Amino acid sequence: MISLAGIDRSFQVGDQTVDALADVNLDIGAGEYLSIMGPSGSGKSTLLNIVGLLDRPTGGVYKLDNRDVTRLTDEEQARVRREKIGFVFQAFHLVPRLTALENVSVPMMLSGIAISERRQRAAKSLEDYGLGDRMDHRPSQLSGGQRQRVAMARATIMHPPVLLADEPTGNLDRASGREVVGLLERLNASGVTLIVVTHDPELGRRARRQLHMVDGRINADNVLQK
Amino acid sequence: MKLLDMIRMGLGSLIAHRLRSSLSALGIAVGIAAVILLTSIGEGINRFVIAEFSQFGTNIITVHPGKTQTRGASIGIFASDRPLTIDDSVALRRVASVLYSVPAVQGTAEVNAEGRSRRVTVYGVGPDFPDAFSINVASGSFLPHDDPEQARTFVALGSKVRDEIFGSSNPLGDRVEIGGSRYRVIGVMESKGQILGVDLDDTVYIPAGRALELFNRDGLMEINVVYRPGANPDTVVDGIHKTMMTRHGREDFTITPQQEMMDVLSSVLEVLTFAVGALGSISLLVGGVGILTIMTISVTERTSEIGLLRALGAKRGQILSLFLGEAILLSSIGGVLGLSLGVGLAQLLTITVPALPVNTPWLFAVLAETVAVAIGLAAGVVPATRAAGLDPVEALRAE
Repeated sequence: MISLAGIDRSFQVGDQTVDALADVNLDIGAGEYLSIMGPSGSGKSTLLNIVGLLDRPTGGVYKLDNRDVTRLTDEEQARVRREKIGFVFQAFHLVPRLTALENVSVPMMLSGIAISERRQRAAKSLEDYGLGDRMDHRPSQLSGGQRQRVAMARATIMHPPVLLADEPTGNLDRASGREVVGLLERLNASGVTLIVVTHDPELGRRARRQLHMVDGRINADNVLQK
Repeated sequence: MKLLDMIRMGLGSLIAHRLRSSLSALGIAVGIAAVILLTSIGEGINRFVIAEFSQFGTNIITVHPGKTQTRGASIGIFASDRPLTIDDSVALRRVASVLYSVPAVQGTAEVNAEGRSRRVTVYGVGPDFPDAFSINVASGSFLPHDDPEQARTFVALGSKVRDEIFGSSNPLGDRVEIGGSRYRVIGVMESKGQILGVDLDDTVYIPAGRALELFNRDGLMEINVVYRPGANPDTVVDGIHKTMMTRHGREDFTITPQQEMMDVLSSVLEVLTFAVGALGSISLLVGGVGILTIMTISVTERTSEIGLLRALGAKRGQILSLFLGEAILLSSIGGVLGLSLGVGLAQLLTITVPALPVNTPWLFAVLAETVAVAIGLAAGVVPATRAAGLDPVEALRAE
């Protein structure tokens, strides 16, 4: 489903070129549960951004569903993001002035879905995430765990086949973190490809396939046998 | 993304920052209010002046002696202009569509009666004068239709002359001396007040032929021809021209339709209105800078939100229109506010200073609102382009 071949990503910092990713080759099948671990600056977030089409590699080919997406225009990439990729961020990234329901509705609004359908789908999704009584609350009125659940409802509202989570538990206490991880894994069990970037070895070890990155390269790729 | 959603999103973020949104909308509002108020006053003065000039009717054509344009070389003694005569005036009465033809001579002379004397304006006119200029006779009658060459020595007094000389007693039938000749009072005119500083009531009206003798003139100062309302002025001018050419043999006269003068006057006043409107637009421009500032701040503050929207699949174009829409929304809210403020102030002015003519031209109101939207658009372009151009990864990292 996801196929990266010879991916490079270098940044220009002052007059120095920093290689965030160097010759990364990676194939991820549909429905996989993958964690990416490694020290800060090892390139795991950059890899996630490239998979999520937020960033463009400086070299190499990225195929999503057998389609080369590296050379798509900005518009086309936006469309692919909207339809195929869901993001869960460490900092939740909810729009502070919108209610939970409105936050979940934003992706549907961007794709021009009618307001009545939006409300219905968003409300249903929030109920699924146990937030049926929090729909009209603003993010500031919600706990961290609740915020991340709103963010997950938003990430999954368009039913994307791929879910990318960047330190999803980083800003949460242990109980809320465990809850969020449970929800992510439930999504994975229903067939969604789940990629989690984390510092936390306990979270990382839960994935069936574990990548370790150092200095922009994958130096270990372990698949747990069950 | 639907337009309604964009408006809702824009309103939402404007409401989230109520204070600064209303302050920057106020900038536009003040500008629009200034434009509306200034153009209202300009237009009011315009209408006032036009009304002053057209109160005697607009279907008047004036014939003056002499030709203002110079053509060819002088042909000696024959080149001297023939004066306009009372006969010319009588002849012009017969031109098609002409209702009245009033000869006019004007000067000042001393009026003596009842042991008092007063220097007044003397008008030598024809008997049709009151009908031609819609000035009514208050008591008695106006000059009769005598033989113009041998008109009897009758006089009609302006209301002020009558008040000053006769006080409250009835002057009809009394004799007054004008420039040494004796006249009998047969009528008193209604008060007309002043027009641009000229007192129309401090006058006396005598037959034109008598006035020519009094002022020792060869010819009339002008002939005022009044034509039927609805008649084509060009046809009437042609008729007058033909008659005058037959009588004088050459073009030693000038024909000026009043409508033409009014048009010139009106266009001058319109330029004036436009100029004060342009002055007001300067404050509108300042309001536009305010919107630019607020939008720039807003984009910086909402960088991570922009990153999020991009991650959720918003196209650059959508981000652009989101911020542009917000700027336009802000300025048009300001515009509507300014419109009501301006119109309100104009109304207040009408009530408190009735002497100042105020009139809000709706075309300017619509124009001002359009300008407000255009300013929002212009002020929004730079911040919105910056927002759309942000790198999503960088934007998401911002906090």
